[in-house]
Amino acid sequence: MPQVSMTVNGKATSGDVEGRTLLSAYLRDHLGMTGTHVGCDTSQCGACVVHVNGEAVKSCTMFAAEADGATVDTIEGQANADGSLNVIQQAFQDHHGLQCGFCTPGMVMSAAALLKENPKPTEQEVRDYLEGNLCRCTGYHNIVKAILAASGQDVGAIAAE
Amino acid sequence: MPKDSGIGASPKRREDVRFLTGAGNYTDDINVAGQAYVHFLRSDVAHARIKGIDTSAAAGMPGVVKIFTGADFEGVGGLPCGWQVTDRHGEPMQEPPHPILAQGKVRHVGDPIAAVVADTYEQARDAAEAIEVDLEELPAIVDMKAALADGAPKLHDDLTSNLCYDWVLGETDDAVVQKAFDEADHVTTLELTNQRLVANPMEPRVAVGEYKRGTDEYTLYTTSQNPHVIRLLMCAFVLGLPEHKVRVVAPDVGGGFGTKIFHYAEEAFCTFAAKACNRPVKWTASRTEAFMSDAQGRDHVTKIELAMDKDNNFTALRTNTLANMGAYLSTFSSSVPTWLHGTLMAGNYKTPCIQVNVKAVFTSTVPVDAYRGAGRPEATFQIERVIDKAARERGVDPIKLRRQNFITEFPYDTPVALTYDTGDYNGTMDKLEAAADIAGFAARRAESEKNGKLRGLGINCYIEACGIAPSNIVGMLGARAGLYDAATVRVNATGSISVMVGAHSHGQGHETAFPQVVAEMIGIDESQVEIVHGDTSKIPFGMGTYGSRSLAVCGSAMVRATEKVINKAKKIAAHLMEASEADIELKDGMFSVAGTDKSVAWGDVTLTAYVPHNFPLEEIEPGLEETAFYDPANFTYPAGAYACEVEVDPETGKVTIERFAAADDFGNIINPMIVDGQVHGGIGQGIGQALLEGCVYDENGQLLSGSYMDYAMPRADDVPFYTVDHSSQTPCTHNPLGVKGCGEAGAIGSPPAVVNAVIDALQSGGKNVTHIDMPLSPGRVWAAMNG
Ligand code: FES
Ligand code: FES
Repeated sequence: MPQVSMTVNGKATSGDVEGRTLLSAYLRDHLGMTGTHVGCDTSQCGACVVHVNGEAVKSCTMFAAEADGATVDTIEGQANADGSLNVIQQAFQDHHGLQCGFCTPGMVMSAAALLKENPKPTEQEVRDYLEGNLCRCTGYHNIVKAILAASGQDVGAIAAE
Repeated sequence: MPKDSGIGASPKRREDVRFLTGAGNYTDDINVAGQAYVHFLRSDVAHARIKGIDTSAAAGMPGVVKIFTGADFEGVGGLPCGWQVTDRHGEPMQEPPHPILAQGKVRHVGDPIAAVVADTYEQARDAAEAIEVDLEELPAIVDMKAALADGAPKLHDDLTSNLCYDWVLGETDDAVVQKAFDEADHVTTLELTNQRLVANPMEPRVAVGEYKRGTDEYTLYTTSQNPHVIRLLMCAFVLGLPEHKVRVVAPDVGGGFGTKIFHYAEEAFCTFAAKACNRPVKWTASRTEAFMSDAQGRDHVTKIELAMDKDNNFTALRTNTLANMGAYLSTFSSSVPTWLHGTLMAGNYKTPCIQVNVKAVFTSTVPVDAYRGAGRPEATFQIERVIDKAARERGVDPIKLRRQNFITEFPYDTPVALTYDTGDYNGTMDKLEAAADIAGFAARRAESEKNGKLRGLGINCYIEACGIAPSNIVGMLGARAGLYDAATVRVNATGSISVMVGAHSHGQGHETAFPQVVAEMIGIDESQVEIVHGDTSKIPFGMGTYGSRSLAVCGSAMVRATEKVINKAKKIAAHLMEASEADIELKDGMFSVAGTDKSVAWGDVTLTAYVPHNFPLEEIEPGLEETAFYDPANFTYPAGAYACEVEVDPETGKVTIERFAAADDFGNIINPMIVDGQVHGGIGQGIGQALLEGCVYDENGQLLSGSYMDYAMPRADDVPFYTVDHSSQTPCTHNPLGVKGCGEAGAIGSPPAVVNAVIDALQSGGKNVTHIDMPLSPGRVWAAMNG
């Protein structure tokens, strides 16, 4: 079995994987980092989004071997150094942007990638960007609101509450 | 000023921190040392006789531990149905066996034929491919009408036909109903489909079975909304295990929406196989498997007729529905089209004569059971669509027609077996008219028309029966379970509290909202109260979470248990202050003696309870822990009014939701933020049903919508921001918190609003379209416009 090495949330990791082992499986099963979720088998739900070399990637669409040597960031590494929630995580909590929490890791990782690319997105830009992230609980209202809030925009006028 | 703690406040959810940092503990995150993996070989045809299964080649493949087929489960029970419906002739429904692994026949695509347990998941899957199954294909049974035709092929050889039951509620005398229609000034008729849906919680189902030989104990970790129900069904009906030897744990669960209520074959299998293989056995559904093994929802075909007098008062309502059960009776399947649907056919209206007929049909498709709303969305959709059509036929305003027929006096006995305890449908409609800015619609329509778009406004009301359910009533109606719930309030010596509840939180935020109640009752900080749920070894026997019941039923048990705790604590406080118990008052966590300045703090009393040196031991026991079981006296009746505005592109038929407003009466509200979130989520699913979703089988019973590539889930850009108003509040009259439940409302109330809006848009463009079946895809809308 081939060996892979990658830096995950700043720590060096390595493991023996089969050629068909997905990056999501490497994170969950080999490293025991179960924050990254798997919600489908057709690359459509986005529960598995992580960052590979700074880019948002669906970790179920990539073999672990393809990430050999890469820098990978996951939901487990998103909090501030003192353990407090980062701006996006905090906005999700403040605006009730999660219910069951299953889509949440992917949502937070996608939101981080969006705000890096587009620090002040419009509502429509947020909705369009989340095209690849399914949530069955929230009707998206509070997710979109949380991401707009995380970008520093005033969401006080948005309906409900 | 909004409160910042206690009942009516919206504290941030405490569970969020673990979910936002990847520290949740979902079932697939659980791995037990030495575990093996199971892969199920599932039928790829809809209906066939199994002539032989050859596992010999597979058995020798690398890593294979053991291979199971139906023969291994011959001495074992099948999956039970929890509700026996009695048909219109007084006969019990036809109830076929539902084996863990197929015996003799397969009856839907996805029916499990064999199970391979191996060291790794990949090995299990590889070996399953080497199993040879000799199937003699039989005709698929897909269309419900065809399934009931004389001479139709039978799905279950031992049943007399594919009819599960033929059931009637309300006025049973056909002649009486016909007379009401004969005397009507106007009758509006509508034939419609409430299409089959797939619940699709984002977390697929998972089960991990574990067996300890030393103590003969089993543990099942499973993605369930109700661990005690699973334990009871699995132990008593399927595997014949003693309940006290089985622990069922449902840890963090990634959404349920009904489909995680039911007891599934995979749960029983993993529990059984853990002993048979002497190893823990884990199963994780792929999404593809979920599409062919999670119980699906809705799937009704209905003809509804509404009779009115010359003044547009509703005088009679008659419905005939075919309800698809799929291939087997899932846990609560039989109750959905009957007691959760027929009973709601009065809606919010004082129609005096109602007859509901439902024929439930077996087909060679995945079993159908409760999905968010369960029967109530089907009822609401029919009523609110036919009223909309009637308003158009009579040329009256749809809001006015509804208001004119609203029930306004409570309690109200409906002709279909329910007693609504309270409500204010006009008041709630007032809230909706404001929240939706109905007055501004004409201007918005003109603006849309300027841009070449058709704009429509759709209104509807809904009522639901929640807080499920009074055990004695449901027992009479055929339920094979009680539907109370339970809570244990365990006060620790230092005053903090663990509340063990039978309700299960899989997104509803119980860990945050329930402590708001207990903390307020005692007057301590919410952080001192912790909710424990989801583990039969920790919690009292409760029935779990579905039917918008958690707060109304389990919350009531929690209130009762907390009252018992407070009563005992007052006795202790009275002893400490040498006062009479009747004079003790509790406020802000302090016990005081009325009319004096004597007081003792909550923490001193709790410490005394556990260090009973100065304690009335002759009168009461030490310790401070109480349990209450609560059985509701009635259902609760949340009700509301919803408004949707759409734009339709006349060139393409594409529908865009421009505005959506909801006014709900949930009675008292504990946490408005969570309630809003529940409504948002329900509306999202309702819009999904109205515009996007549909589970489709072809005539051979092949599942055409078996993945997210073919089953259109609502995405962020399919929905708008919603306006939610729950300031219309008529508290439930029979539970201690005055709460009604809010989890299903959005999914019940939103589909008719969307469809009514689209019809309104098309009519405004001069198209004489009176109905389009959901989902209102661009193709269907375009065809209706140009048909
Ligand atoms: S798991 Fe669904 S997109 Fe990766
Ligand atoms: S919070 Fe449950 S799927 Fe998004």
